Parts: sequence; C-alpha cells; structure tokens
Amino acid sequence: MRNIGLIASKEFRSHLTSPMAYIVIFVFLLITGTFFSTYLTGTGYTDTSIAGFLSPGNLLLLLFASVLTMRLLAEEKKMGTWELLLTAPVRDSEVVLGKFLGSMGILLSMLALTLYYPLLLVWFGDPDIGPIVTSYIGLILLGSSAMAVGLFASSVTSNQIVAAVISGVILFALWFLGSAATLVPANIGELLAYISLMGHFYDFTMGIIDTRAIIYYLSIIALFLFFTIRSIETGRWS
Amino acid sequence: MIRVQNLTKYYGERLAVDDISFNVEKGEILGLLGPNGAGKTTAMRIITSFLMPTRGDVWVADCNMAENSLEGRKHIGYLPEAIPLYTDVTVRSYLEFAGRIRGMDRNHVKTRIDDVVELCRLEEYIDVLIGKLSRGFKQRVGVAQAIIHEPEVMILDEPTLGIDPIQVSQTRQLIKDLGKEHTILLSSHILPEVSMTCDRVVIIHEGRIVAEDKIENLSTIIKGSRSIRLEVRGPTGEVTAKLSNIEGVQQVRYKEPHHFVDCPPEQDLRPKLMEAIVQGGWVLLGMESVEMSLEDIFLELTTDEYDDDEEDIFVEDEGDVEA
Repeated sequence: MRNIGLIASKEFRSHLTSPMAYIVIFVFLLITGTFFSTYLTGTGYTDTSIAGFLSPGNLLLLLFASVLTMRLLAEEKKMGTWELLLTAPVRDSEVVLGKFLGSMGILLSMLALTLYYPLLLVWFGDPDIGPIVTSYIGLILLGSSAMAVGLFASSVTSNQIVAAVISGVILFALWFLGSAATLVPANIGELLAYISLMGHFYDFTMGIIDTRAIIYYLSIIALFLFFTIRSIETGRWS
Repeated sequence: MIRVQNLTKYYGERLAVDDISFNVEKGEILGLLGPNGAGKTTAMRIITSFLMPTRGDVWVADCNMAENSLEGRKHIGYLPEAIPLYTDVTVRSYLEFAGRIRGMDRNHVKTRIDDVVELCRLEEYIDVLIGKLSRGFKQRVGVAQAIIHEPEVMILDEPTLGIDPIQVSQTRQLIKDLGKEHTILLSSHILPEVSMTCDRVVIIHEGRIVAEDKIENLSTIIKGSRSIRLEVRGPTGEVTAKLSNIEGVQQVRYKEPHHFVDCPPEQDLRPKLMEAIVQGGWVLLGMESVEMSLEDIFLELTTDEYDDDEEDIFVEDEGDVEA
C-alpha cells in the first residue's frame, strides 16, 4: 500500500508539473461549459439538468483519458526511468495501481471543477438531484475505465503518440459497439450492446444505478489493469 | 555478494549472454569488460532483475533473484547506462522519491540526502530541475540515487560514458571510495578504467567469458612474451614472411602501419630484426619495444574474432589514460 501511495502521489504531482494536464482540463471545461450554457439558453431546453454538459462530456472524457494516460508508462520507457522503477523493490502491480490512482486524481480534480454546473442549477432553479449524482458516478466509472485502457496502451509501446492511438482505437471501438448492435443478428447484437461502454453509461444519466453497469465498469478496469501488469511481465521475459 | 551461475539470455533468436558464471565477493570491485554489444548490459539487467534470464540463476546478498527478487532488489543500487532520471523534478525531490521507493522512511531520507549530495558534490544543484543539469551532473545524480539507500551491492553500467575527462577521474575516485564500503560490479569498454578502479576483471566477448582474473595476474598471463613495434617501408607480405623466419620470433602481426613482432622477454631480437630489414633492402622508419597492455591481452584473448572496427573502441579512449 505504501508503495502504491508513493507512486500515485509522484504521478499526480508529475501531472501537475506538465502543461498537458492543464491544457486538457482547460479544453474540457471550455467545451462542456459551452454546451452546458447553450443547452440551458437554447431552444432545445426541456428540463433543468446537466444534459448539456454530459453530451460532449462523456466522449471528451474518453479522448482526454487517452491523452492523460499516454505518457504514463511510455515516457518512462523512453527515458529509461522504467529500468529504475522496475528494479526498485516494488511489485509490478504496485507500479500499475500507483500510476492508475495518480491519474485518477487528475480525473477527479477535473470532474470536481465541473461541479459548478449543478451548483448553478441549484442556485437558479430546482433540478432533480438524483440523476446529477448518478451521472457523476457514471462519469467517474467511465473515466476510470478509459484510463485503465489508456494505461494498458501505454505499457505496450515507448511512443506516446502510438499509445494514444491504441487507446483511442480500443475506447472508441468499445464505445460504438452498441451502435453496431442493430446491424447484426439479435443474439450477437445483445452481446455487443452489453460490452459497449456507451450502453451502460446512459442508465446513470437517467438516475438509474444498475449493479450490472457498475460491475461492468469495474470489470473493464480490472481487466485492463491486469493486462497492463502482464504486459510489464512480458517485457521482462522478452 | 553476487553469484551468477550459468546465465544465458536469448533475445528471440539472438544469443546475448552465453552461459556465464562469476562471483563478486563482499567488498570487491569487479569490472565487466568487453566491447559494445558483448552482453555486459544484458547481464547487469538480469542481475538487477529488470530482465529474466532464459536460463541460469543469480543470487544477490543470498537472495535468489528469480524467487525472492523483491528482497534482493533492496540490497542493490543500480546506475543504468543511459542514466535515467525524471527531468521535471528537482534533484532533492528525485532523491527523496528514489529513497522512499526503496523502503526508507521520510526522516531517514531527509538526513541521508544531505550526506549523499555532499559525497557526490551536488550541494549547489540540490534545488535545480534535473532537466537543466549538464550530462556530468546528471551522472552524479544517477550515482546519488544508486547509493541513497546505502545498498550493499552497487551495479554501475558504464559509469563514465559520455562525461568529460575531469569528471571521469572524479567519478573513478568516487567509485574507489564507494568500493571501501560497498560491493561493486561495474561494466566498461575502456580498459584503463577497469585497471584503475577494479580489483578483478571478467572479460566478456560475444556473450561469453573469455578471461577472469585479478588485474595483476591478467598481465602476467601474457607477460611471457613481449612485443616489438616496427615501422617498415616495404612490401607488407614479404616483410612479415622474412621477420617470421628469424629464430626466436613467436609471431608477427601487421596492423597498419606497424608490424608487431612477439618475442620472448629474455631475448633482445632488435639487432636481428634490423639486419633482416636491411638485407631485404627495405627502409626501417621506427622500432620500439612495447609492453603488453590490457588492450593487447584483450586482443590476444579474442584474437580470432578481432577486426578493425573493434580497435576503434580502444583507440578513442586513449586520451583518458592521462586524465
């Protein structure tokens, strides 16, 4: 636990010293803020909700998770610091979890900065709090899953751009699988819909906490963290 | 302290380390010597458990690195060849992380940083971002992170590569000083470096150990003969043939532009050589008796695979000898 904490806090601080985290947070707030306000002031306005924030928010989260995680392991490999980290008395799993939690810190900070959207709604109107809370739970789960995928992508290459592309491809494939569900036979379609990142997310925006969805996201996180650990082990044997 | 047994490593099809075994005793400085690509770095990466061997075993401080690598790693301070450092942090916060990740508690690290920084002469740079330091200072930070947790064993991969001559001699002195308290395994492709800093040397070539002995003994292996260097203006082949026929000559080698004539130390063949050259009608431009250096020993040991490319490795470092 101690080692995980050490690596996580180092990772979190390292995010804060690089311009990338600030750029990502700035762009995220700019785009979601614009959508949030146009939704509330535009003609499509139907209810007092954060729907305007969520509609670009979920996809942006996938994109930015790739950007934030692409350097996690790839940069260490390129710089060679990887060699010191892997020869320190630390388990591979501790390295992976530390990196993951450190990046989660950035994700949570970014989401915390969006909290003023619902606060504005409460100040000026009477929104339904339930769906807002569940939406945030959904965003955290979705973002964490995307970061686990990004971490894995970062473990298979020493090139950050390649890592970002790999995680982008995996994430967008997982995201749009649901859309393909209607094009294939029903039983395969159901399967595709189940493994789609998107399908499970919409329940949360409607105020539903479905244990299946929670288990689904936790499984994705666990699976990709496991892949990451295996990828590191494979590197030692190659 | 370090025990390496029948270590073999394949990278895919390519054999990088071929069945090597050696020990490093407590308090000893052992040099791994060999040209680039000999397998030194691979061997060190396996000893530090960064890589797994294809076959063979490594023990560090009585820990088997395959079975109990976490315990073994605590006893190792490692400086990889590339001197890998995080560039976006200050020297102080990097050393703090390096110490903490190796199990030291916060207060111990704080006091230890002061000692290490003094030892590596980094006092003025302690709060500078590592990315802003020159290569020589980065190298000192690399050494500092390797000793911060007071490891029993230090593994230094090409510790003087790419730094200027003054810093090279400072680093060698530092290694010697560290050698009084630590067991050190260092690698180098520079012979003078190994002969200056190490107690014992293991010579690796193409993944295999070709010689292993104390520095003094290695020289005496070949001390049985001595070499005379000649510069002759004349047809190379004929000169070589004629000189080889002289009684007492063991071997004649030609390396542009010199002939090297190996002969027993008790016999001075110079007059005979001179005579032969005059008889042949050639011109003698120079003649000098040379002691066999470690360079020659290395050539001798690996003579069948030797080619001109490898010679360059040694030539470029001759400047270091005086430094």
